[in-house]
Amino acid sequence: MFSILQKFLISLIAIFAFATTSNAWIEFDITRGNVEPLPIAIMDFQGDKVAQDISNVISNNLRNSGLFKLTDSAAFIQKSLDVSGRPKFEDWRVLNVQALANGAVSKLADGRLRVDYRLWDIFASEEVFGGKRLEIEAKFWSRAAHIISDKIYEGLTGEKGYFDSRVVFVDESGPKNKRVKRLAIMDQDGANVRTLTRGSDLVLTPRFSPTRQEITYMSFEGGQPRVYLLQIETGQREVVGNFPGMTFSPRFSPDGQKIVMSLQQEGNANIYAMDLRSRNTTRLTSGAAIDTAPSFAPDGSQIVFESDRGGRQQLYIMGAGGGEPKRISFGNGRYSTPVWSPRGDLIAFTKQSGGQFLIGVIKPDGSGERILAEGFHNEGPTWAPNGRVLMFFRESPGAAGGPKLYSIDLTGRNERRVQTPSFASDPAWSPLLD
Amino acid sequence: MLAATSILKSPAVLALAFGLAVAGCAKKDKLPDNSGQLGLNGSEAPGSPGEFTTSIGDRVFFETDSSVLTSTARQTLTGQAQWLLKYPNYPITIEGHADERGTREYNLALGARRAAATRDFLASNGVPRNRIRTISFGKERPIAVCNDISCWSQNRRARTALTAPQG
Repeated sequence: MFSILQKFLISLIAIFAFATTSNAWIEFDITRGNVEPLPIAIMDFQGDKVAQDISNVISNNLRNSGLFKLTDSAAFIQKSLDVSGRPKFEDWRVLNVQALANGAVSKLADGRLRVDYRLWDIFASEEVFGGKRLEIEAKFWSRAAHIISDKIYEGLTGEKGYFDSRVVFVDESGPKNKRVKRLAIMDQDGANVRTLTRGSDLVLTPRFSPTRQEITYMSFEGGQPRVYLLQIETGQREVVGNFPGMTFSPRFSPDGQKIVMSLQQEGNANIYAMDLRSRNTTRLTSGAAIDTAPSFAPDGSQIVFESDRGGRQQLYIMGAGGGEPKRISFGNGRYSTPVWSPRGDLIAFTKQSGGQFLIGVIKPDGSGERILAEGFHNEGPTWAPNGRVLMFFRESPGAAGGPKLYSIDLTGRNERRVQTPSFASDPAWSPLLD
Repeated sequence: MLAATSILKSPAVLALAFGLAVAGCAKKDKLPDNSGQLGLNGSEAPGSPGEFTTSIGDRVFFETDSSVLTSTARQTLTGQAQWLLKYPNYPITIEGHADERGTREYNLALGARRAAATRDFLASNGVPRNRIRTISFGKERPIAVCNDISCWSQNRRARTALTAPQG
């Protein structure tokens, strides 16, 4: 079965193949770039203002994905469509609209919102999916919009979406030599920003738990740089482990039961794992090197990390229990901050080369390195839950400079600024909220 | 007060500080000179943290991505060790720092390496190790904020901080 997006691309290829007989099938692989956005239409959901707000968030999500071109509603021939009705398919075909979403929002007696919505395949004259319904507290209307966006994305691409997710990051304010850093959390589209710490202590590198509303991060609280756990909803904090030195660069295991991090002892940093239930700690690397930035494979079997054991920062993979690591980066430059894709197929990294800081991806076997973003200073990639989009921070130089968040898709296209209230760094994407 | 006045009056101290300041400005591309950004402040009491900073220098600088002490750094630290042995009441915190041209996690470890190298040198010159605490700030606390080698080189540093005398 092909998704609508795939069928659309195949039709483009067919046209292209008539014009020139070479390179036709390159267009088909959506990981390789050159994707033609699929023309779709989102009719404003029926209902009051919140229906309009939901429609706008859905439209923004799908547009920002770079995979869809939204037809301007001013061009619509069919101006309204009841959520129980069928579209006039020919009115949409003449606009070359491939898919149409419509819906309606109503208020329930208990104040919650009910949202009914549908997705239509215009050229097949049939539903992609039938009437779907969700009910949600009115104050969470934007979550309804993100969940529906994910359903539409999945209906059209055949892959899971990433819109119903959040990003934790470090909010930065004040002059560069006296930066105040606070943990903050927002929706994936930059809405609903909330700060989680007050700014009295330096905080760095927050990372989401894959299983709970919890983050791990590093804080200089009390002049002791250490790894902490923070419950997002309750604000409850605790130090992770009792180590005789600075702990930093934490990350959860895919089952949420372990934290891997670096422990600094003298001039060396080694990677440790701590089981959150038993509190047992295991040393995973040893030797006189800086081993840091560990990140688990999604199946939990391996860990990628950076080490300068060979002279300068490179990427290595070892078993989840340690063992002899295998180097995977061999290009010209320094490789750091590896993070394994939730799909397992790629590892994203920061690369320093030629005075620039780049964002790239590489296969776990060390082949297929591709650079996605270049410039003065790009750092710290994080994956969207579907492994299709990356977010990172880009620092501008000089006294007035600072970091801002950007997203880019796996093809290196569709780079976008993610708006934040002030400077922002160290983004970490949550899993889908469900 | 009496001690401060006598330091201020000492032409040798002023000349030394001025000479170092000029030298610091002159060689922009090289590692910054310790007193370059400290100004002419010779009015500190002997045995005070202020005197430590102005007459000895509270910080040493490193080459890019290196924690090896340069000959200038070793000279400064030799002076620091002598001063710290003369005034044994100060607990010592060595802050290791990195410039902004590195990634965050690595720079935390690099700052720790620099602090450790600095502490080891002071300890080998007789300062008791248990007097010395180290901390790394990575690239989080630059002192110079321009986008230039001259700024980055001032940020690759280890600072010997003296907290108030105990007892």
